[in-house]
Amino acid sequence: MAAAGSPSVFLVSVTGQIESGRFPGFDDLYCKFCFVYGQDWVPTAGLEEGISQITSTSDVSPTTLVWNFPIDITFKSTNPSGWPQIVVSVYGPDFFGHDVVRGYGAVHVPFTPGRHTRTIPMFVPESTSRLQQFTSWFTGRRPEFTDPRVVAQGEGREVTRVRSQGFVTISFNVVTKDMQKLGYNVSPSDMQDPSLGPLTEGIHMY
Amino acid sequence: MECISSSLWTYQSVSLTRNSCIACDSQVSATDQMSRSEESQMIIMEELQDEDAAQTERLRRALTARRHSRRHTLPEAVGAPEPREEERSRAGMAAAPAAPRELPPVPSTSRAGSAESSVRERMREKLKAAKSKAEITLLQEDPTPRPRRLKSIKERKTEVRLHKASDNDKFREMQEDESHLPSKIKFRDTVKKLKEKSTYQNDLPSAEEAYNFFTFNFDAEPQNMKAEARKRNELNEEEEAEEECVETQEGEQEEDETDEDARLAKDDLFIIGQTAEDFLVMEPADCENYSEQLKKEKEFLFIPSMLAVPASEKMPRDIQPRYLEDEGLYVGERPFVSQSNQNIIENRILRQEQGKEWFGDDGKILALPNPIKQSSTRPPIFSLEEGIAPELETVYVKAVKMTAANQYLLGPGDLQGPFQLDIDISGLIFTHHPCFSREHVLAAKLAQLYDQYLARKQKNLTKLLTDKLHVLRNAVQSGIDSGDAGGPRPVAQQSIPEYKIEIRQTRRLRDAEQEKDRTLLKTIVKVWKQMKSLRDFQKFTNTPMKLYLRKEEVDQRLDEEAYEAEIQAEINELLEECMEEYEKKMEEYKTELKEWKLWKKTQKSKKKKKKKDIHEDEESVEDCDLGEERVKPIPPKMANSRDIEQQVREKADNCRRKPGEPALIPELVLSGNITPTELCPRAEVLRREDVKKRSAFIKVLFNSKEVSRTVTRPISSDFRVHFGQIFNLQIFSWPESLKLQIYETMGMSSTTLLAEVFIPVPETTVLTGSAPMEEVEFSSSQRVMLDHEGVGSGVSFSFEADGSNRMTLMTSGKVSNSVSWAVGEKGIPLIPPVSQQNTGISSALKNIDAIASIGTSGLTDMKKLAKWAAEAKLDPNDPSNAALMQLIMAATSGEAQVPEFFRLEQLQQEFNFVSDEEFNRSKRFRLLQLRSEEVSEFRNYKQVPLHEREISEKIFQDYEKRLQERDVVDSKNYLDAHRAVVANYLQKVRESVINRFLIAKHHFILSDLVNEEEIPSLGILGLSLFKLAEPKRPLRPRRKERKKVTAQNLSDGDVKLLVNIVRAYDIPVRKPVMGKFQQPSKSSRSFNEMFAASASAQSPPDSPDWAFSQVLVRPFVEVSFQRTVCRTTTAEGPNPNWNEELELPFRAPNGDYSTHSLQSVKDEVFINVFDEVLHDAVEDDRERGSGIHTHVERRWLGCVKIPFTTIYFQARIDGTFKVDIPPVLLGYSKDKTLGIERGYDSVQNLSEGSYITLFITIEPQLIPGESVREKFDTQEDEKLLQAAEKYEAECTSAFPSRQCLTTVIDLSGKTVFITKYIKPLNPPEELLDAVPDSSQSAAELVARYVSLIPFLPDSVSFAGICDLWSTSDQFLYLLAGDEEEHAVLLCNYFLGMGKKAWLIIGNAIPEGSTAYVLTLERSQYVIWNPSTGCFYGQYDTFCPLQNVYCLISCDNIWFNVQEHDAPARISFDVTKPKRWKSFFSRSFPYPGLNSVQPEELVYQCSDKAAAVELQGRIEKILKEKIMEWRPRHLTRWNRYCTSTLRSFLPLLEQNQGKDVEDDHQAELQKQLGDYRVSGFPIHRPFSEVRPLIEAVHSTGVHTIDISNVEFALAVYVHAYPQNVLSLWIYVASLVRNK
Repeated sequence: MAAAGSPSVFLVSVTGQIESGRFPGFDDLYCKFCFVYGQDWVPTAGLEEGISQITSTSDVSPTTLVWNFPIDITFKSTNPSGWPQIVVSVYGPDFFGHDVVRGYGAVHVPFTPGRHTRTIPMFVPESTSRLQQFTSWFTGRRPEFTDPRVVAQGEGREVTRVRSQGFVTISFNVVTKDMQKLGYNVSPSDMQDPSLGPLTEGIHMY
Repeated sequence: MECISSSLWTYQSVSLTRNSCIACDSQVSATDQMSRSEESQMIIMEELQDEDAAQTERLRRALTARRHSRRHTLPEAVGAPEPREEERSRAGMAAAPAAPRELPPVPSTSRAGSAESSVRERMREKLKAAKSKAEITLLQEDPTPRPRRLKSIKERKTEVRLHKASDNDKFREMQEDESHLPSKIKFRDTVKKLKEKSTYQNDLPSAEEAYNFFTFNFDAEPQNMKAEARKRNELNEEEEAEEECVETQEGEQEEDETDEDARLAKDDLFIIGQTAEDFLVMEPADCENYSEQLKKEKEFLFIPSMLAVPASEKMPRDIQPRYLEDEGLYVGERPFVSQSNQNIIENRILRQEQGKEWFGDDGKILALPNPIKQSSTRPPIFSLEEGIAPELETVYVKAVKMTAANQYLLGPGDLQGPFQLDIDISGLIFTHHPCFSREHVLAAKLAQLYDQYLARKQKNLTKLLTDKLHVLRNAVQSGIDSGDAGGPRPVAQQSIPEYKIEIRQTRRLRDAEQEKDRTLLKTIVKVWKQMKSLRDFQKFTNTPMKLYLRKEEVDQRLDEEAYEAEIQAEINELLEECMEEYEKKMEEYKTELKEWKLWKKTQKSKKKKKKKDIHEDEESVEDCDLGEERVKPIPPKMANSRDIEQQVREKADNCRRKPGEPALIPELVLSGNITPTELCPRAEVLRREDVKKRSAFIKVLFNSKEVSRTVTRPISSDFRVHFGQIFNLQIFSWPESLKLQIYETMGMSSTTLLAEVFIPVPETTVLTGSAPMEEVEFSSSQRVMLDHEGVGSGVSFSFEADGSNRMTLMTSGKVSNSVSWAVGEKGIPLIPPVSQQNTGISSALKNIDAIASIGTSGLTDMKKLAKWAAEAKLDPNDPSNAALMQLIMAATSGEAQVPEFFRLEQLQQEFNFVSDEEFNRSKRFRLLQLRSEEVSEFRNYKQVPLHEREISEKIFQDYEKRLQERDVVDSKNYLDAHRAVVANYLQKVRESVINRFLIAKHHFILSDLVNEEEIPSLGILGLSLFKLAEPKRPLRPRRKERKKVTAQNLSDGDVKLLVNIVRAYDIPVRKPVMGKFQQPSKSSRSFNEMFAASASAQSPPDSPDWAFSQVLVRPFVEVSFQRTVCRTTTAEGPNPNWNEELELPFRAPNGDYSTHSLQSVKDEVFINVFDEVLHDAVEDDRERGSGIHTHVERRWLGCVKIPFTTIYFQARIDGTFKVDIPPVLLGYSKDKTLGIERGYDSVQNLSEGSYITLFITIEPQLIPGESVREKFDTQEDEKLLQAAEKYEAECTSAFPSRQCLTTVIDLSGKTVFITKYIKPLNPPEELLDAVPDSSQSAAELVARYVSLIPFLPDSVSFAGICDLWSTSDQFLYLLAGDEEEHAVLLCNYFLGMGKKAWLIIGNAIPEGSTAYVLTLERSQYVIWNPSTGCFYGQYDTFCPLQNVYCLISCDNIWFNVQEHDAPARISFDVTKPKRWKSFFSRSFPYPGLNSVQPEELVYQCSDKAAAVELQGRIEKILKEKIMEWRPRHLTRWNRYCTSTLRSFLPLLEQNQGKDVEDDHQAELQKQLGDYRVSGFPIHRPFSEVRPLIEAVHSTGVHTIDISNVEFALAVYVHAYPQNVLSLWIYVASLVRNK
């Protein structure tokens, strides 16, 4: 691999954290994350899945829940198709103390190297009927996706009805290796000079 | 304080002037700029020197202020700002407003620093006099715009707090100023330093810096630059300040930012004003009053009026508006804008200086014509039918067969292409119609009569009969003549009376015909007269009918002669007849008379006698008296010839033309004139109009589906409709019905169905071209009453004026049509095979090219179009004609060609990222493509390499091989062509099913994606509430279900298979080498004996010494799964107890643990039982004392195979299984004595095999997948299906664990009701003949036959996917199937043999969900395992059937609703509704479904020669294999033994492997002498060679490695009907005893 010749895989290293979530009206939430990626991708290091601590809101910002839950994973791949996605699902107790799902969301890992912040809108599946809704509220068994990974795929989603609920902010630091060598040019053309990168970034932030 | 402020003031003003200079500079060229700036520098220098003292003072102050402020930052922030602070803050604001007021300061300062440094750089460049670079620096100078920030009032405090930072800035500026040393290097250093430091500005200046600051003269230039920088900062500041204020001056400000020129003009003033405002920042917010605000707003805001602008304002003065349109020029249509909006925009435009430019000559705003084209740019769709929008018009599209539904299922023999049925509908004639007028009725009648007449005339029966009569008469005459002339000719003489009889008959017939002819003629004339009178009466003519009666003049004399001759002949004949009759009668009379006379005589004599001896003969007298008085026969009268003549003449008058009368020949012509409508009375006019309104069409219905219809044609005035249309129906299967529906439409509105006519499906010989036209009559019972001349239909009417003689006619008519089969291109008739009628297996249609079928219609003749355009004088300027003109231009110039095709994706090329060739060549793309197509080999291929070179060719090899082999029949592997074909077919079916499954996998329903709790029913809710109240019982543990694991998180090594081998019963024991052999009693036992009186059947215990002397067996169990082998310890004795748990790892194929992958795991768990034999291996007796040398040999005893899928679906398998032990184990015998000793005989009696108790499970428990929900199409009645669904739902809700089966899927992928599979079928005659007497052995033989049909493990490949049921004939053809097919066939055979049999749907071990057969044998229920041929009593413990769910017979389904479902614990009495819930009941009776099974099974005779050949080949292959497995040893074959074994095998087959064991041993012993023989026969149904090889290999016979070992192998193939082969392989190893 280290041979100067042509590499046969490229590597994508993703670090970062699930920083916070905004779920007005909900408290004591925790989140789970997992990565969904294509067949040509293999995680080489780090954790594919994780579950965070439970976070309560503070008086200062009653809608923000800060998890600051680190992500660190490195993928190896031969094909950009099936680029990894992070799937985040948030859970927390409901009125009766049952653990119910508060949101699902997914986003692709950014493919340009650098630091990125993503805010994922979250959603939960809806009950099929009013009666179902009531009983599920009462029993605390709300509809959930059989597998959180379905939110990372489009197939079969047409049968579901969801309600949007909250946001989760994730920051990614992406480092890629050998992509350029393999002919995958991911950085936009006007970003050739890396020294200008942080400057514009800074302007965007303020 | 004042001082500072004033100094700042001056400073500012100075800097500002300078600033303006610089700003000026930027506009001038570089050289100018240079010189000028130098000038200005000079000036400023002077000024500064003047103010030197003041400035030093100012700086000092500033320094202290900064320190001070630093010290006081916190209190200031909290407390109220002191006046001093305020001032300072002002100063700070003024001095360094650039500092950001918000956190974090770092980036902004750095930016300021960089900006400043760039400025300084520029200065340096200047000093170096690099003039040419001035422009670049100017560019650099341009500061990046700072984002504005709204500042709330709240933030003002922080502003104060931030003065520190601003001070810092100020100070830094000073530093920079001071550091501006003449020495360039030093300057650069400082710049660098400062740059570095710029982020840490809080530091105090170093001593050096301070010194420099105070000692160096300030250079003017930096100040200059600084001022500029400050100006910029101020601009920003100004922005912020402005935003603080409510009233923004955005207009101006923006101008500032954007328009440098404009700014230049105002700059000074503006900035001064601005600074002044800055000082006001801290003032309390003041609110302007509203009116003021409005006033201010007025300066900036303008509300355009909505009123119309006078034309004079819009036009330049003195110019009148000019209207081009009026002058005749084409003016495009303007897009519509509402008037008010137009006015607004006009007002708005007029406000601007050059507003008038916007107006055209006509005083309106210039506007382009409406861009929306009037004509569509797409090719127009020409509508055939008016009144329908072309978009809505239905377009005929060629029927395309939907292949999607069963594209993955194929029929056994694909039929070629569609078939065609041509239906020619030529026309329709009404014989009655409600609109018929009376005249029409008559005309129709007349026409009918005339037709009849014509038909009669064509046949001309009268003539025919007359001729016949003549011939006969001649014959008779000649016969008589010849008889007179020559000797009597007996034949002729004999035939004369016959002739005469015939003459009579013929004459009678002729007379009748003649009479008919005549009456017909008469009626025709009568009807015609009636019609004529009607026409006269109604004074108009409706029909063109005219009847001419052509008189054929005849020669009076000849005619009369002929007539007379005829009459004479007839009279003669009649006379003759009469004479004959008379003679006959006379004869009779004479005899009668004679008799009478005789009688009379006797009477008389009797009387005399009576008189003589009256007393003697009393009885006879009495007799006579009693006898009837005989009447004297009357002599017959001679017929009067005159009477006869009279008769004949009368008749002739009646039915024959009178002589001399002209022959009347009617001729019906349609040449009559119909009275024009104007001349008709009102009612008739109405009628005619009504007729005109009516039209008719015919629908063609194929299998009760409308396939086409004729055009609607008006009904003509003569009530004929001509269609003349031929419909070509392309069909795929034999038509069920063909029907024409005749419709009549009335005007626009109503369409009524007049009648339906069924057309017979033509014979296969009726082909297009040769089919005759046929007329099919129809009639309708519709009742129509009309209010005009029309007579209506179903209404009585009369021709008479008085209304008498009423008649009622119904609408009726004839359709002339012809139906025939089309003939294909090669002259092959396109007729579907008649056999298809039932099966309905359809073929996949060839791909139809969609593009090709899109025609190039819609393009008309270009030249004509051009001509027309020239004639019509189209305005070429009119855009509405543009498209047309362009087209014409293109067409006439001939440059642009109309493309001959239409392409849907013309840009497809653009999307291709590589060329097609490259794409096809690339292995990587191919791999990716195949993977995305989910081809089984590549479905789970991970990490497709990036480079071509990394993909080896090998990857595709298997796949390509498979593709090739798909169609190539590989006979090598199968040895039997038929089986090869079948295997191929099955492979295809399997693939298609898997494809179907893969497709179904992509259809999601909600429950696939979302887990949702069911709504709890009230009962459950109540129960759970009740549970809450229940006391807790900690000492009563509850069984917890194991946690199930979803497959997704699994990886290799996570899943383990746990096999717990508990014990075994009745393992065969070794036999002493030399024992006495006894013949076991081979009694064929009846069922009853077997189940009930079993003990007696047992052979009595052998002599005890034999029992003791026997050698024990040392069995152990070896479990192998996925090439992992585990074994138990060795136990002793025939009933060993191991109780050991073996753990075997499980690996999913390709590491794919998804459910569907797990379902298709084909691996089996082999549980082999071996006997461990220890041989003393010591060669030398002397060593015996010093060591133990034993040779361990393992001998295979039997095995149990359990497929993994069974374990997967069942989660755990717990039970006692029969060990599959070969019928003969050489050297071993079943220990029969133990059975009795244990006293288990009642249980054990039947179990002649060995049993092993096992417990198998998977750890962790995997969730089995669900079956596919796919709705298959069906031919079942919808009602039945609904009932089935309901029934299933009811059953499963009551017993969720029990499977309820009502519908299954047949091979063509259709849902079929299950009972249709059950039907009595005939077993092969051969089998029944073999055992003629015993029904039981016949049943066994049949069961064996069924079990010999190879088992296709489709439960493995289709498990949970879907189960295909083939019918028995398909099954016998395919010779492969799973449990269901076996069970169905066996059940059908039993029914055919007259037994009571049911199909059991249940659960068995190890098959899992399965089908068995239940029979009732003399009040005993017997359960048959169809795939093994074994049978069990209901109470048999070792019956593999564990649960019974449903029973199925040919007319009902019963679901088990008993508490238990184990066969031993339930009652099979299906008549009890409490125990068995039946599908068809009184409420839903059995509708009488027709079976899908064939009427009768036809069996091919077994081919003995082929069997023998196969036998030889298998033997050869196996021998080669054994030699192959022993590569390091010499394999010797003992021919003698082989031949002995071979002779055993047919015997085994004959006895079905029972009770022959001991014979073999004895025989071998006898033949071979001192050999130690171990071996056994293997029995298998034959399907392929590979499993046979596996079977031989698994026994491990070849593993023996004693040097002098010899082998023997014999194969026997027994062929049963329909090529069912029973295969025996006898393998043995022989070791010579020393």
